[in-house]
Amino acid sequence: MSLHKLGLVELHKKFTAGEVTATEIVCAYFLRISQVEPKVKAFVTQTKDAAYRQAEELDHKLKVWRKTHRLTGMPLAVKDNICTDGVPTTCSSRMLQHFVPPYDATVVSRLRSQEYILVGKTNLDEFAMGSSTENSAFGPSRNPWNLHCVPGGSSGGSAAAVAAEECAAALGSDTGGSIRQPAAFCGVVGVKPTYGRVSRYGLIAFASSLDQIGPITRNVSDAAFLLQAIAGHDPMDSTSVDRPVPDYMKALQKRDLKNLKVGVPVEFFAEGLDSEVEQAVRAAIDELKQLGAEIKEIRLPRTDAAVAVYYVIATAEASSNLARFDGVKFGFRAKEAKDLLDLYMKSRQEGFGPEVKRRIMLGTYVLSAGYYDAYYGKAQAVRTLVCQDFDAAFKDVDLIVTPATPTPAFNLGEKSEDPLQMYLSDVFTISVNLAGLPAIALPCGFSKAGLPIGLQLIGRAFEEDTMLRAAHAYEQATQWHLKKPVIR
Amino acid sequence: MEITQQDVEKVAQLARLALTAAEKETFAKQLGQILSHVEQLNQYDTTGIEPTATVMGQVNVFREDVVRPSLPVEKALANAPERESDGFVVPKIIEER
Repeated sequence: MSLHKLGLVELHKKFTAGEVTATEIVCAYFLRISQVEPKVKAFVTQTKDAAYRQAEELDHKLKVWRKTHRLTGMPLAVKDNICTDGVPTTCSSRMLQHFVPPYDATVVSRLRSQEYILVGKTNLDEFAMGSSTENSAFGPSRNPWNLHCVPGGSSGGSAAAVAAEECAAALGSDTGGSIRQPAAFCGVVGVKPTYGRVSRYGLIAFASSLDQIGPITRNVSDAAFLLQAIAGHDPMDSTSVDRPVPDYMKALQKRDLKNLKVGVPVEFFAEGLDSEVEQAVRAAIDELKQLGAEIKEIRLPRTDAAVAVYYVIATAEASSNLARFDGVKFGFRAKEAKDLLDLYMKSRQEGFGPEVKRRIMLGTYVLSAGYYDAYYGKAQAVRTLVCQDFDAAFKDVDLIVTPATPTPAFNLGEKSEDPLQMYLSDVFTISVNLAGLPAIALPCGFSKAGLPIGLQLIGRAFEEDTMLRAAHAYEQATQWHLKKPVIR
Repeated sequence: MEITQQDVEKVAQLARLALTAAEKETFAKQLGQILSHVEQLNQYDTTGIEPTATVMGQVNVFREDVVRPSLPVEKALANAPERESDGFVVPKIIEER
């Protein structure tokens, strides 16, 4: 059996048992990458030479002293907005095309201390702004299930790389659905952890009150395994929370869902939901019931407001965060600026793509004098109402189940000319970020056209263990995750 | 919601973003559409509702003020678009009389 077919946990078992070497793993993965990457285009940068060197060193070390860590020899991909010391980190932007970070993000230093092997940095919508990877300055990635479809976004490269078996697992980041939506479109598992569960230090900031790094994997146990490796308090991120991290793998052992109350919000099954998606998600809810969960209809009445709240708050934060790209200390600098102001204006004009500019403009507008209260203040207040809806729901249920996206993956070019339509495709994932809750997307079926459909489970803050347990029980009962794309 | 080209120019200046004539036209139209969608927020009564800036409720997180290793000068300058000895080069800021 080819090694690239094994998920993270299985590969780790085989490796720790001494059945394969790190070099064999790296060989198998780069062979796979050479076969499918020209079609999928998941990566911005591949780190082949460093991966081979590292694998050799690991194999050599293990001959002397057989001690392995959680991720020893595991070939992982990292979204290209997460800083990697010495490896270009571009945010898929011309602005950072030649930027080589002088330090590792905390998640990366954690992976490094557990001896992972970086296979490459994955493509994204520029600065994580988008839902299809079409906003990448380096061209879109493709959906491995249908190369004419988008892989979703913004972590589309990570999701496509996992679905195409170009890495054992990957990291993504999620500000409004950027892990879960591409995971759903590519038929893989994506976890957006509770805000503060995973350090954001070294994640190039888009919207600081919403951003969170999380795993994208082939199955739920891999997600639990990788989340364990990155979760926990970090003094370098003052919004990371100092709470013990539960044993997520242990949480998966319980296979039935007795004593678990699962809420179905009626607002998520309204107009705009594709009928095939609805059918698959309704069937999944029945399956959760079969597994012992009590199903209850609930209401999240402010769901409709979420997209509008998000596009005020996220763009406001982005306009502020992206002010640092001024062509002075790092990043793109325009040539022939006549003075300092001109240098700023031209560097930003030439360095940023259209969607980033659009969001900077929108964010600057809603924060500007005379509009601040009407837009930004109002959005922050409605955000409180969205949070209150979840608080009320979680008094009554332990988990909330919804579709991850209103439709399966759309075609390349289908929505790229209409930003508002593109924004509305995130309607089911956005409210979770506004409330800071953990959520997981996992496969729950396929459309007639053969595209994956994603289920979303939302948990209480810091109860990733319960969420993963339910997702795992569902996955084991249905086995959708075993179906793999034929890339052609 | 109507956004004029003048509005776009004013915001672009605040955002330190030079725009082409075509971009100004497109953004005026698109920002208008998006802000019209945002105006649906006015249907929600938020009287007396506290705004949410961050969800986990942290206020000030303090640490001891101690000297720690920081980026060496060479590493900090490695990504500079233009440098001279130990500094970043920018166009002249102070005007000559």
